[in-house]
Amino acid sequence: MTTSTAAEPSPRTHPRPDDRPSASECPADAATDASAGKRVKLAARDLSKVFGPRPERALELLAQGGTKADAQKLGAAVGVYDVSLDIHEGETFVLMGLSGSGKSTLLRLLNRLHEPTAGQVLVDGLDITRLSRRELLAVRREKFSGMVFQQFAILPHRTVLDNVAYGLEVQGVGADERRRRALEATALVGLEGWEAYYPAELSGGMQQRVGLARALAVDADILLMDEAFSALDPLIRREMQDELIELQARVNKTIVFVTHDLDEALKLGDRIAIMKDARVVQVGTAEEILTDPADEYVEAFIEGVDRASVLTAANIMQPVKETALLRDGPNTARTKMRRHGLSGMLVVDRERRVHGYVTAKSLGAQLEDPDAPRDRIDPERMEPAVVVDMHEPLQGVIGLASEASKPIGVIDERGRLRGVVVKGAILAALAQPGQTGNGGVVAGSGVAREEGAGV
Amino acid sequence: MFDVRVPIRDWIETAVRYLQRQFATVFDGFADVVDAIIGALLSGFQAVPPLLLMGAIVLLVLWLAGWRLALFSAIGLLLIDNIGLWTPFLNTLALVVAAQLLIVLVGLPLGILAASSDTAERIMRPVLDFMQTMPAFVYLIPAVMFFGIGLVPGVVATFVFALPPLVRLVNLGIRQVPTDLIEAADAFGSTRWQKLVKVQFPVAMPTVLAGLNQSIMLNLSMVVIASMIGARGLGTEVLRGIQRINVGQGFEAGLAVVILAIILDRLTASLGKRQQRRARE
Ligand SMILES: Nc1ncnc2c1ncn2[C@@H]1O[C@H](COP(=O)(O)OP(=O)(O)OP(=O)(O)O)[C@@H](O)[C@H]1O
Ligand SMILES: [Mg+2]
Repeated sequence: MTTSTAAEPSPRTHPRPDDRPSASECPADAATDASAGKRVKLAARDLSKVFGPRPERALELLAQGGTKADAQKLGAAVGVYDVSLDIHEGETFVLMGLSGSGKSTLLRLLNRLHEPTAGQVLVDGLDITRLSRRELLAVRREKFSGMVFQQFAILPHRTVLDNVAYGLEVQGVGADERRRRALEATALVGLEGWEAYYPAELSGGMQQRVGLARALAVDADILLMDEAFSALDPLIRREMQDELIELQARVNKTIVFVTHDLDEALKLGDRIAIMKDARVVQVGTAEEILTDPADEYVEAFIEGVDRASVLTAANIMQPVKETALLRDGPNTARTKMRRHGLSGMLVVDRERRVHGYVTAKSLGAQLEDPDAPRDRIDPERMEPAVVVDMHEPLQGVIGLASEASKPIGVIDERGRLRGVVVKGAILAALAQPGQTGNGGVVAGSGVAREEGAGV
Repeated sequence: MFDVRVPIRDWIETAVRYLQRQFATVFDGFADVVDAIIGALLSGFQAVPPLLLMGAIVLLVLWLAGWRLALFSAIGLLLIDNIGLWTPFLNTLALVVAAQLLIVLVGLPLGILAASSDTAERIMRPVLDFMQTMPAFVYLIPAVMFFGIGLVPGVVATFVFALPPLVRLVNLGIRQVPTDLIEAADAFGSTRWQKLVKVQFPVAMPTVLAGLNQSIMLNLSMVVIASMIGARGLGTEVLRGIQRINVGQGFEAGLAVVILAIILDRLTASLGKRQQRRARE
């Protein structure tokens, strides 16, 4: 590896005067096109972590092409092997992978909670693997907003406010400022009024807010989150995800978020790294990974090894703002459209079965045509509607959406309209909780089809 | 069976003699310190009129453990005074408190050391097992050899016998602190000391208090035994009862010990509950 940091005799005695990364610190292979030019906040260079006795031997074995299982025979557990990553300032970077793939280990290498076996971790260009214990503590205090954990990890003997103030207390911030900032952070996560309560008196969701507030109170740039929402029940979980997105827009931290849930990764991640057997197998935006999976593992992952967590049309659909009824007159339909600022609507019958799609333009034409019916929408002028089964996997929906020029209707088993997927807004839709909480199995049968116009 | 007898007793005797000779000044110095502590406690206790001291104890109990135990303490202490055991009671109290101070002073750091180093734990464990399982009477002999007769060897023998549960449970309590709490402390850049004081120790507190409770009970169980080497107090009264085959006298002194034991036991137990009520479900 030829990073300039590695070549420097001692980064400790020669602190980088300007911490913008030089080109050599930012090898092209790690940066995607979309992210070129962005400032690297946090980077891993050939980073490895092997647990157990004689880790170097396991690394040698791996370097000679051995697998994680081979290393295991030596009594070594490979947590992370040969990972290089650039994480940019202000992005939410998600680490995703199956259980045991090394996500938590990689996260803990980034602030050196785990001592790396090999490789470097660069925080603002500074190699923290060479720091003394005291210097490391200073970096953890100044650069990292602590960490948010799956099981909350808040202190049972402290009140909410004292828990939130923990990081500030450790830094030696004075009592008045500590209190002020802790109150601020507590309010930021919506726990105003709960400051004097003890953790045992709070629900899981509220406890995790305390964990989040504790991190935000420190107000350092980097926030590490390990399956922070995984212990919460689905509704609270979505709520917290939404709030994190909202918070992130305000505080603009560099977040590294570990999850094994594709839903969550797609929703939160600006970029996603997929891990398998201690290695990172692909890094990219949600779209890049969905449209161009690096290998069968990634493909299997997004197709649904964990089928329940794969997105379906139902997960990403939005509520239907308004529909035209078959018996609506053209004027009624046009007024509905105007009121909701729509240029077209799906036409449904009383059972909410989809019969077609009508645009404002065609309604105008119908009103001008003296021969056209006045008491209902002219079936001749309806277009076929594009509908998709609510269990249709995300990939199918994306394919369809990129072709269709109108909203896609989402229907249930009985053909009734349940929601719409708007073209070009799929990723935006990912940022909102789906309408139905169908955690069921994905039925691969839901092939998109065109419903004929007319009755 | 064998012609040669393993001369354990000779070894021990030689070792003790050697220590006695080489470290005479150390032992004497230590004895003086302990003597001073007990003396101070005792003269403090005795300077206060019995009723006032009882009132103070009852108030402390009321504040820490509630009115039930306070009421029990009031009745118990009055009874002790009534049957003429107030002075031996104070002697015993001074012995118990002095020994417990030493135990806490040494036990906490040892427990913390054992928790922070596997090697230290591995070394300490058999020593603690030995200290606790060796019949308590055995400690009386070297205690007398090093410190003569009186309260000081009593405190020392009590210390050796009652130290292990505190060390053990401090170690256990700290080791049982969930790893993610430790990781959280580290992730926020806590120093070792901050981690210990703000996270490990408070979280381990219920276990630590259980250890304190156990060691106080062992401490009290040494009271009668220590009286055999001249540690004056309630134990001496029990001993007198035995020597004169006077059931009534022995029983009265024993009852006073029980009253003290109940007060101290419930008091430390309620400390643990107080802490838990606030912190846990
Ligand atoms: N402290 C440790 N000692 C030994 N082996 C470890 C340790 N921590 C992790 N490992 C091993 O490293 C590998 C990666 O574990 P890691 O916890 O990083 O996985 P993960 O992706 O976070 O999984 P999960 O989704 O279950 O949390 C596993 O094989 C694990 O057994
Ligand atoms: Mg994990």
